[in-house]
Amino acid sequence: MAKVIKLRKGLDINLKGKATRETASVSCPGEYALVPDDFTGVKPKVVVKEGDAVKAGDALFVDKLHPEVKFVSPVSGIVSLVERGDRRKLLSIRVKADGKQEASQFDTKGDVKALMLESGLFAFLRQRPYDVVANPKDTPKAIFVSAFNSMPLSQDFEYVLEGQEAEFQAGLSALAKIAKVYLGVSVKQTAKALTEAKDCEVTIFDGPAPAGNVGVQINHVSPVNKGEVVWTMGAEEVIFLGRLVKTGKVDFTRTIALAGSEVKAPKYYKVLVGQKLTTLLDGTINAEGARIINGNVMTGLKTTAEGFLGAHATEVNVIPEGDHADEMLGWIMPRFNTFSTHRSYFSWLFGKKKEYVIDARIKGGERHMIMSGEYDKVFPMDIYAGYLVKAIIAGDIDRQEALGIYEVAPEDFAIAEFVDSSKLELQRIVREGLDILRKENS
Amino acid sequence: MNPIKKLFDNIHPYVEEGGKFHAFRSLVDGFETFAFVPNTTSRVGSVNIHDAIDSKRIMSFVVIALIPALLFGMYNVGYQNALACGKLAEATFWGMFWYGFLAVLPKIIVSYVVGLGIEFVVAQWKNEEIQEGFLVSGILIPMIIPVTCPLWMLAIAVAFSVILAKEIFGGTGMNIFNPALITRAFLFFSYPSAMTGDATVWVAQDTIFGLGYKATDAFTAATPLGDAAQAGFTGFTPETIQNAITGLIPGCIGETSVIAIALGGLLLLWTGIASWKTMLSVFVGGAATGYLMQALGLTEIQWYEQLVLGGFAFGAVFMATDPVTSCRTEGGKYIYGLIIGFIAVMVRVLNPGYPEGMMLAILLMNLFASLIDYCFVQSNINMRAKRATIK
Repeated sequence: MAKVIKLRKGLDINLKGKATRETASVSCPGEYALVPDDFTGVKPKVVVKEGDAVKAGDALFVDKLHPEVKFVSPVSGIVSLVERGDRRKLLSIRVKADGKQEASQFDTKGDVKALMLESGLFAFLRQRPYDVVANPKDTPKAIFVSAFNSMPLSQDFEYVLEGQEAEFQAGLSALAKIAKVYLGVSVKQTAKALTEAKDCEVTIFDGPAPAGNVGVQINHVSPVNKGEVVWTMGAEEVIFLGRLVKTGKVDFTRTIALAGSEVKAPKYYKVLVGQKLTTLLDGTINAEGARIINGNVMTGLKTTAEGFLGAHATEVNVIPEGDHADEMLGWIMPRFNTFSTHRSYFSWLFGKKKEYVIDARIKGGERHMIMSGEYDKVFPMDIYAGYLVKAIIAGDIDRQEALGIYEVAPEDFAIAEFVDSSKLELQRIVREGLDILRKENS
Repeated sequence: MNPIKKLFDNIHPYVEEGGKFHAFRSLVDGFETFAFVPNTTSRVGSVNIHDAIDSKRIMSFVVIALIPALLFGMYNVGYQNALACGKLAEATFWGMFWYGFLAVLPKIIVSYVVGLGIEFVVAQWKNEEIQEGFLVSGILIPMIIPVTCPLWMLAIAVAFSVILAKEIFGGTGMNIFNPALITRAFLFFSYPSAMTGDATVWVAQDTIFGLGYKATDAFTAATPLGDAAQAGFTGFTPETIQNAITGLIPGCIGETSVIAIALGGLLLLWTGIASWKTMLSVFVGGAATGYLMQALGLTEIQWYEQLVLGGFAFGAVFMATDPVTSCRTEGGKYIYGLIIGFIAVMVRVLNPGYPEGMMLAILLMNLFASLIDYCFVQSNINMRAKRATIK
């Protein structure tokens, strides 16, 4: 029986518009894009020209510092645009699909790491510290995979897994050849493919969000110390690896959740990484005054219907923007339909079953940290979150190290940022802190 | 469109950068964010949704929690005036309340005008939003001074504490000492005769707009703790303690009624604004020390009397629990509270010159709060360092 770790700290936010267990496919002609910004910490070097023909699995760009890490096209077609922004920053590489979906054949016999590097799968590995794309020269202490996402409106991986159990197991077994693999499973998940997965150590987590964050799981299973590196991989990306190992071809088909209060019929869609969002959103959402989020409502980036599905996005959430709400006297009105963890509102009265529509307003001005212990209540690690954030703001690198910055990723602060009454942008602060630290240490 | 919203939209061009009345940006901004929840939405790269709680709501609820004690304090000002003049039999409830209201209102106005005025100026100067912290301090300050405190002293003290105890540290959230207590400490050490001493400061002695009564010349009314500090004290009567619980004793405006303070305390605990850990441990520390002192024969005051007299309850509920100046680690809150209770009673019992110790106890512990936190944070750091294989 796997070890069960019970977490008490955290917060489950019950949002309206959860995806029902039903999958639709959408036709996906047209353009696909690979966005380098989705792969944090990479300096992209383009290896194709506009007009080149590529197959699925052919590199579009590589990392300048580690050219062996390739970022590959999800589709076969013609490179239609290399989009650059200010100071020639690479924004995206677009590929016009030819509809044939031809894929390059890879040799699956050899070393797993070499295979992953060659086929672009390695780009999906992230590392702690710094929460960036893994460095192939490192030897990781372990590889962590979280089989569930506890954030609101997120994808239910157990549902996604149905019918792909063999691929998932193949992926885990392949990863196990690189380093010891730990799989984090939710106490609510009962699929045998998860609870009895082979070639990995299964740990069961019981607790509210962010228990599904791989960072929280690492902290409780085998914390990252100074000088150590662990790698992490998204559960669905393990399936990508499994497909590759089994067939020798890359197949970046995801089953994502289109969810949120502004989605007419929230459900799952079979899509390809980099697919244009219009293919998903046309007619399925109330577009007026909606905020489309590439990824999860807690961690994803605001985008438009013209955007492309992010490389790591396991869901697309659509919520009201709320920028014309003009809500009066918020400091004293009861605001019965407003969700808050604070008892000066009345959410406690309606229980945990009530679903809320929360818009994108910050609902307050940014202040210095006033209340104490707010972050710690929703931060299930043995880290003083408030002190760490202060050390980052102060730019005190020694103290950041001492307080455990190597163990955290911005997403671990998402719930804390949600509840913060001082409205500090914690994820942004932590991301900047990690970037500075990485620069100093390299 | 909402007419008030329209009004603000019309004002905006004037107060924006380069506008004619740019100097009033912080003021307009302050009023607008009180009238409407800001429509600002979260930026790309931060969390997309937010809890509805903000510091305006939190500070407003602390002010609401203070209202029972404030209203009772107003009534008690009138009551003490009538009592001292021997006219209690003929005084009416509303007569006493309105008398107290008129005695206290100018202090609230002065405190807010001076304090918020400085806040507006600083916010304008630093190009920041106005911080709500003074909403609480501004109402706390009139509640912890004697009713006879002259307004000019109050104005100086408020200015002193807002500038030197808060703004130079960077504003609400960055201050080391509780600004309201610094105001009181400033008054106490600068104008001791107006704050304590000859036992004439605690009761209003003159009429206001025809309300209230004028005291005779031979008038004194000490607080019960003041009485206890005199030679020959042999213990309180049950009536005194009963009055201390209801609040009908001389003292600072808001601190007398344990019942009114308890009402506010319950609201603070229920909403989680005040930490129960801090509040409870202040009472435990005070009770234990009071018991010890009495058992050792150092004082005639029973341990439970220590808790209901003077500023102990008010300090424990509203001052010690200030999240900014108290300990920020959960374990630290227990130690912080226990030592406050301990020092407050120590000062009361062992210091012959000053019957009250709560203010000094909390200010001293404000100073040491970071040190207590340091120990807790350092143990976390050590744990992590021990785990690491390379140094």
